[in-house]
Amino acid sequence: MFPTPIEKRTRAAQITYQSLLPLALIMWLLPLIAVLVFSVRPSADFTNGNYWGVPSSFELFNNYGRVFLESDMPRYLLNSILITVPTVVGAVALSCMTGFALGVYRFRGNLLIFFMFIAGNFVPFQILMVPVRDLTVNLGLYDTKAGLILFHIAFQTGFCTLFMRNFIRALPYELIEAARVEGVAEWRIFWFVVLPLMRPAIAALGVLIFTFIWNDYFWAIVLTQGPDAQPVTAGITSFNSQFVAQYHLMSAGSIVAAIPPVAIFFLMQRHFIAGLTLGAVK
Amino acid sequence: MRTAIAETDKRRGGHTWMQHNRMIITPILFLLPGVLFFAVYVVIPIFQSFHISLYRWDGLGEAAWIGLANYEELLTDRNFDIALWNNAKWLVLYLLAVPAGLFIALFLNQTVVGIRLYKSLFFFPFVLSQVVVGLVFSWFYLPREGLLNTIITSLGLESINILGDPVLATYGIIAAGLWPQTAYCMILYLTGLNAVDPEQVEAGRLDGAKGWRMLWYVILPQLKPATFIAFVVTIIGALRSFDLISVMTNGGPFGSTRVLSFYMFERALSEFGFRMGYGSAIAVVLFFIMLAFIAYVLYAMWRDDHEARR
Repeated sequence: MFPTPIEKRTRAAQITYQSLLPLALIMWLLPLIAVLVFSVRPSADFTNGNYWGVPSSFELFNNYGRVFLESDMPRYLLNSILITVPTVVGAVALSCMTGFALGVYRFRGNLLIFFMFIAGNFVPFQILMVPVRDLTVNLGLYDTKAGLILFHIAFQTGFCTLFMRNFIRALPYELIEAARVEGVAEWRIFWFVVLPLMRPAIAALGVLIFTFIWNDYFWAIVLTQGPDAQPVTAGITSFNSQFVAQYHLMSAGSIVAAIPPVAIFFLMQRHFIAGLTLGAVK
Repeated sequence: MRTAIAETDKRRGGHTWMQHNRMIITPILFLLPGVLFFAVYVVIPIFQSFHISLYRWDGLGEAAWIGLANYEELLTDRNFDIALWNNAKWLVLYLLAVPAGLFIALFLNQTVVGIRLYKSLFFFPFVLSQVVVGLVFSWFYLPREGLLNTIITSLGLESINILGDPVLATYGIIAAGLWPQTAYCMILYLTGLNAVDPEQVEAGRLDGAKGWRMLWYVILPQLKPATFIAFVVTIIGALRSFDLISVMTNGGPFGSTRVLSFYMFERALSEFGFRMGYGSAIAVVLFFIMLAFIAYVLYAMWRDDHEARR
């Protein structure tokens, strides 16, 4: 193990390390801690210039309550969920299929199609912006959740295919051959042999795509406009203009917007990190 | 029983055309929906953007063919220069996330009580949306209310308005971007460090390698896959920077924080006027910068794929 395990070092080194850890963490999260403290302050603190002293009162319920009751925030949150969940299902479903086709079969153009997916996944969004916006308008889907969902599914299929294909490649191929010898139809091999083995990959991709889509901002402002369809990342800007300079409410609002992906991460940490670091180890 | 045998016989025999060609039909059918979707929303739009960049078009009326005039205009557009230059700053400074991530990973690669929680808490800024990161940092930088200036002034120094200063603003935004990106690189390296071969480390120790020399000659070569991915995602992230700029400064002050992706959006889709053609020309330039990296990544993956097959 590198660096040398701390328990093999001197007692002094151990104590230094143990006390450095929380200090480093506080430094690392300082900007976030600042926002957390802002979000429980009363507005009086801001008018009195008491930004960093002890809050004169603890307004957690009051501030967060106002976020939910006096703004469009609940709608934006609901929109985010209604956009993110179908995208995750769609992209994972499509990429299970493409990953299976590219991972199991050998045919001409296999690598070419695979590389198309990878390359497409890396292109700058701006080169897609004008045509995709046009297409969405022409389909009558501008400023709808469906318009955003369709684009997200298509774009995420690139990354998901990369992920799924590599995962399937690493499965024992003998299983598939054995099934073929038994005369099992190809689609049944997919459904009954490969798909059950892909469960960890599906879980990892699911949580990963959830955060990616939840956090999307660019496409939200390109393809949607108002509280009818906009997800919370885009809605937060209108929220902030509603509560200009009321930092206690703006802080509470952005914390609310950030909670779902953070919760998913802490609940499904293992899957999340497995998905993110796939390929970091050979 | 008999019919069952006959069934399997039929399946094995490959009587129908479908069964005969199943090894080619199946992948085509499985690929079809994904490829179709991807083509319509990603591949074809790239070429459409090339095409649009040769027109003057407001997105609604008739588009007028103007050849390369948009590109010629780029050559003399000072704002384009600023954006391009800022992209270069992003690219170079953003790469600091890689060594910084390695440093934190080395710091946290221990087995003391509670270290798992520390690792997650160090990592989780990556899970926040860039919009939230942008807001968090713009409040952190606030000249009066912000914590940063509270600290600076308590040290007896002059307070600075980072996002209001045309020189400093871009660096302020990049620093905000480095926060989640470093977390990402850290988790890549933590995973990599987990897989470092303990025997090689022991062998290195016996040979007297310690500290930096151990890191450089024994550990880093084994972290190569993690380093590769860290570089790829950081470079792509640097060129994609948009959300932070939009949220923190909206391109200002005086357009000093624009990068290509943001400038393109501004030209094509904001109160600056709907110049779809000109915007597309900017996007095409950005695309070709990115393409150099994409080509390299594909080459590296192709090489690996080849080696895997021997």
